[in-house]
Amino acid sequence: MTVAVADPMLPQRYRVTHAQRLLDDTVSLRLTPQDGELPSWQPGQFNMLYAFGVGESAISISGADDNGFEHTVRAVGAVSRAIAALQVGDSIGLRGPFGSAWPVTAAEGADVVFVAGGLGLAPLRPAIEAVLQQRERYGRVVLRVGARRPQDLLFPEALERWRLARDVDIDVSVDHADTQWRGHVGVVTTLIAGARFDPHESIAMVCGPDVMMRFCARSLHDEGVADDRIYLSMERNMKCAIGLCGHCQFGPSFICKDGPVMRYDTIADRLNVREL
Amino acid sequence: MRSDTETPRAAARITRVALQALIDALIARGYAVIGPTVRDGAIVYDQLSTTAELPAGWTDEQAPGRYRLQRRDDDALFGFAVGPHSWKRYLHPPMETLWTARSSADGFDFSAAPSPTEKYAFLGVRACELQAIAIQDRVFQHDRFRDTAYAARRDNALIVAVHCAQPASTCFCSSMQSGPKARGAFDLALTELLDAERHDFLVEVGSPAGAELLDSLAAAEATRADLDAADAVIAQAERRMGRTIDSSVFRERLRDRAEHPRWTEVADRCLSCGNCTMVCPTCFCTTVEDHTDLSGAQAERVRKWDSCFTMEFSYIHGGSVRQSTGARYRQWMTHKLSSWVDQFGSSGCVGCGRCIAWCPVGIDIAAEATAICADTPPTPGATP
Ligand SMILES: Cc1cc2nc3c(=O)[nH]c(=O)nc-3n(C[C@H](O)[C@H](O)[C@H](O)COP(=O)(O)OP(=O)(O)OC[C@H]3O[C@@H](n4cnc5c(N)ncnc54)[C@H](O)[C@@H]3O)c2cc1C
Ligand code: SF4
Ligand code: SF4
Ligand code: FES
Repeated sequence: MTVAVADPMLPQRYRVTHAQRLLDDTVSLRLTPQDGELPSWQPGQFNMLYAFGVGESAISISGADDNGFEHTVRAVGAVSRAIAALQVGDSIGLRGPFGSAWPVTAAEGADVVFVAGGLGLAPLRPAIEAVLQQRERYGRVVLRVGARRPQDLLFPEALERWRLARDVDIDVSVDHADTQWRGHVGVVTTLIAGARFDPHESIAMVCGPDVMMRFCARSLHDEGVADDRIYLSMERNMKCAIGLCGHCQFGPSFICKDGPVMRYDTIADRLNVREL
Repeated sequence: MRSDTETPRAAARITRVALQALIDALIARGYAVIGPTVRDGAIVYDQLSTTAELPAGWTDEQAPGRYRLQRRDDDALFGFAVGPHSWKRYLHPPMETLWTARSSADGFDFSAAPSPTEKYAFLGVRACELQAIAIQDRVFQHDRFRDTAYAARRDNALIVAVHCAQPASTCFCSSMQSGPKARGAFDLALTELLDAERHDFLVEVGSPAGAELLDSLAAAEATRADLDAADAVIAQAERRMGRTIDSSVFRERLRDRAEHPRWTEVADRCLSCGNCTMVCPTCFCTTVEDHTDLSGAQAERVRKWDSCFTMEFSYIHGGSVRQSTGARYRQWMTHKLSSWVDQFGSSGCVGCGRCIAWCPVGIDIAAEATAICADTPPTPGATP
């Protein structure tokens, strides 16, 4: 189906209405539309954020309320640095939301396993919130989070809140511990085997660096989760987000419109091909 | 009605001289007429107003890594195959402003680029190029999102096709089911009828706009002999097709043979120059650039043709996905011949041979694809 949107290439004006530094290089921004209403969105989707005169980046929706989208941005280059430097009151361009969503509704009735690596917790957060808001509709809920160091852990308050919420099994692992760390040390993948969930009745949602997702998907598979019940969020260079620039191709898929959230069984073969 | 002039299809005949009247009629209807003309040793597309600007008596001799103009021994106007240009440079221009933004009291304001008003008449569109336009239509107009600027230029465009009489040695349109006979959506289609006695064009009508144009010309009704002569032109082009390949196996085998050793062998020759993507009439990839003026108050976003052969194309933080030339060549060819089918329901290659002739080292997509897709798969365990 062809969508008749006004002009999918033209950004809308948003204003930064809240800004919070989460880590040295990572901020969280709430963006409120300057004209009109917040468009409808789903957990897992992303927006193209435009810093005036600098450029555009694909950034996942890490939350939303009636007032706007929340985005969590790590400053790694020109555009993300400019976005991360925005202050409350500044304007920003936004196109979106684009892309596929986490299977939050499809997972009802099943156990849900979330696995996040680093910044990967940001795109998963709205899915986790949605599941916890309707906790009774799901079986066991498992969340495994990996971070480089304890101080790199994203959203510690949210993690605390979720931990206190009814019946959520949360575990965190860091690659490099400090003296105060009493949790696990090592890659997050190793936390999957110990988790209690029914592999035959589970849906898994995984987001993190490419390698981490590949290993997690394999562990989940080895635990007995069917490949068509494992979902990954893929990342590729994106210039348009609407299937027209060609940059985000991953074999036959355009990550911007067929993804970013993709079912593992549809991409497992391709994930094993180097430099695809 | 006399039976010897009874024609199974609507067709007319005009003289070479009347072709000028066609150009005049197009100009009178507000079209910028774009057609083939000789420049810098190649037949390129440019705006023209007279038949004198057409490449009369020229042909193109093509081979892997080679393109040369040669004199013909007749005065054919369309006696060549295809040059380095394709119509995509008009419908999907190499550079295009998407929007501008200006800082204001309220942050900044965006204005969309004005909708294109260009009205092009393309004169001399080959069968393979009609197919290439149809392929880009699918990408830009009939996918989930629509490129409104492309759609506007496309809606305004009028197409005068010319059935191909002179395939080059690099051509393989018949293997890609795209030529040499023009079958796609044209307004008018010409067949050049040229022998010792005459220089005429058979004109077929493909649309009401085409019919209206033809009505304005001094056209004679085509005779059975004219139609037979036109069929013979196409039949001999078919016979002279440079090469024949089996494209039916490409989709599956290219996808499944991503680790074929041949990819690295091609990479040893490929310069990653991206020429192949620039001359290809279906390659549509673009990048964007953001600029500000000196005061910093005005910004714009410009879209430019891009090539999957650049390192930046697949860059994500930490490094490009496709580091090696082999991976980039594999992306290009696999997209053209395999994943395009999954994405858009047809091959992304029309067999025009441009990428073969204009590759500085003469890499031949048809030969490479055929080798990779050979019936005997590569020996297992061979180093990829
Ligand atoms: C679907 C999706 C969701 C994302 N969500 C987030 C998020 O929630 N938070 C966040 O901080 N980052 C996210 N990213 C990554 C973010 O888009 C890049 O970090 C950002 O584009 C880098 O641009 P730059 O100019 O700052 O960096 P540079 O390194 O200077 O990048 C140069 C160019 O390369 C491309 N590029 C570089 N890195 C990436 C990348 N990782 N992914 C895609 N394109 C890249 C961009 O086109 C950029 O213009 C996401 C990427 C995708 C594809
Ligand atoms: S891939 Fe080569 S032969 Fe095929 S359409 Fe493109 S330029 Fe022509
Ligand atoms: S195949 Fe030829 S034209 Fe294409 S990038 Fe390689 S060297 Fe350049
Ligand atoms: S980002 Fe342009 S095609 Fe996907």
